[in-house]
Amino acid sequence: MADPNRISKRSEHVAAAAFVTPTLILLIAFLVVPMIYTIYFSIYRYQIMRPNDITFVDIQNYIKLFKDKDFWHAFRNTLYFTVVVVPVQCTLALALALLVASKTRGVAFFRTMYFAPQLTSMVVISILWTILYNSNPSTGLINSLLTSIGLESVNFLSNPRTAMNSIIFMSAWQGAGYQMMIFIAGLQAIPASHYEAASVDGATGFQKLIYITLPGLKSTIKYVLMITMIQAMKLFTQPYVMTKGGPQNATKTLVYYIYTEGFQEGNFGYACSAAAVFFVIVVTMSLIMKRITMAKD
Amino acid sequence: MNTKSSIGRKNALSRFLFYFGNLLIGIVFVSPLLWMVCASLKPEAEIFANMNSIKTFIPTHASLNNYIEVFTRLNIPNVLKNTLLYIALILAGDLFFNSICGYALAKFDFKGRNLVLSLVIALMVLPMEAIMLPLYIEMSQLHWVNTLQALVIPFIPKCFSIYMFRQFFVDVPDELIEAASIDGCGPARTFFKIVMPISKTVYATVFILDFVAHWNDFMWPFLVMTGEEKRTIQLAVQVFFGTQPVHYSAIMAALVISAIPMILMFVFMQKYYVEGIASSGIKG
Repeated sequence: MADPNRISKRSEHVAAAAFVTPTLILLIAFLVVPMIYTIYFSIYRYQIMRPNDITFVDIQNYIKLFKDKDFWHAFRNTLYFTVVVVPVQCTLALALALLVASKTRGVAFFRTMYFAPQLTSMVVISILWTILYNSNPSTGLINSLLTSIGLESVNFLSNPRTAMNSIIFMSAWQGAGYQMMIFIAGLQAIPASHYEAASVDGATGFQKLIYITLPGLKSTIKYVLMITMIQAMKLFTQPYVMTKGGPQNATKTLVYYIYTEGFQEGNFGYACSAAAVFFVIVVTMSLIMKRITMAKD
Repeated sequence: MNTKSSIGRKNALSRFLFYFGNLLIGIVFVSPLLWMVCASLKPEAEIFANMNSIKTFIPTHASLNNYIEVFTRLNIPNVLKNTLLYIALILAGDLFFNSICGYALAKFDFKGRNLVLSLVIALMVLPMEAIMLPLYIEMSQLHWVNTLQALVIPFIPKCFSIYMFRQFFVDVPDELIEAASIDGCGPARTFFKIVMPISKTVYATVFILDFVAHWNDFMWPFLVMTGEEKRTIQLAVQVFFGTQPVHYSAIMAALVISAIPMILMFVFMQKYYVEGIASSGIKG
């Protein structure tokens, strides 16, 4: 008689191979291989129009990239967007979560209201706000509001000084509902007894926020900052739909730069060097963020 | 007695503030969306009339004419078919392949398990934008550009889904699996007959998160689906925004239409959706 234990071990190995292999092959084919090729092509001159003329150029692409003013412009814009939108959006999300975290009757209605912009896609929101931001007060809702309370109208998207801020404002509004839901779950995980004890000690609402709520949310805040930051660094759809990267490259981001160099100009190898740098930047920023949030412990 | 009624009054006041404050902030918050819906019901000439009064939020001559115009100009049935078909295929592949992979990583003991798990976790941070160029070349070498395969197959393997499934299956009690194997179930049958049926929540969560991600996805379909007949909803809406003649009323109707499936998803699967968003935060 064979050992039944050994039979079950062997059938477990067969099952493991059958369960893991297909997914693993797909992962390698569509994530690992393209990643390797991004780095590989980045040291070649490879133009889409001339697929038979791929020449090794060493680090020439990278040198050209770091000398390109447009690249640094895109880098600065991406950094600016990220550094501003992350705190703005996360603070807004936390404020909304505090408004609707209680289990009062009817609170679900308000949560849905704050979450509503999430139910429309970024493309839809970008089109809508392009119309809302229209610089003419008789066709742009926001400017008509500004002029009716006595302010001057603003060329939100056509002025290089305001274009990125306009995209930031809209993005924070659209995205906050998502982080709000995460914060609500975090808030509900804080034991009610902590608040009761604080009330007995005569703590004010503000003191409760500083000494109970924020420390209780620490791991949630870290997670929210991280996902919002990674999301922010990939900014593409909003500038593509709203400003085409303009005016004067004011809203051109790194992903936008990769797209124009690779798909519009056809400089594939060069664009791959930009993509590789983009990847390094994302990983570096994540590590820095981790450092900062760890340091607060 | 006196203090009691003052507490009662204070409670009533704070409740009034809660409802009134939330209602006020909420209305301001959703006002862009309200304006969008109102504009979609108005004739073109009325959208930008009365911009500086509250009337801009009231469709006095409401009609569905804009929706009828969009249905034919944008070929909405075809666009919806394209979008739902590609998402359905991704979801079928995602839920099947990633769940069995996640289960193996959670419950099977095999060589290389930790290696695969580390690979999955490492690849979670890989942004799609960093690999889109070679991925596009891959698609064109496979002659998949402008076909359904290009939209579907690269997005079946998902590290995030594998991870979600694994985290869920780790908590399935071993006794349950042992009991099934004593009853003569092989490992695969145990999974499909015993584990899968009790794991509906994780499937529902991955389903809804993935549906939303792909319904909203713009960049990849924009790169690989250039044919007009094969456009997904986001592409169609984006192209429509730049197509002459520009009818803002019709654009607004298109925007509303593209949000309807998401609203339906939210209404029917709200529990899983919200839990999915929230649980990722607590576990992460």
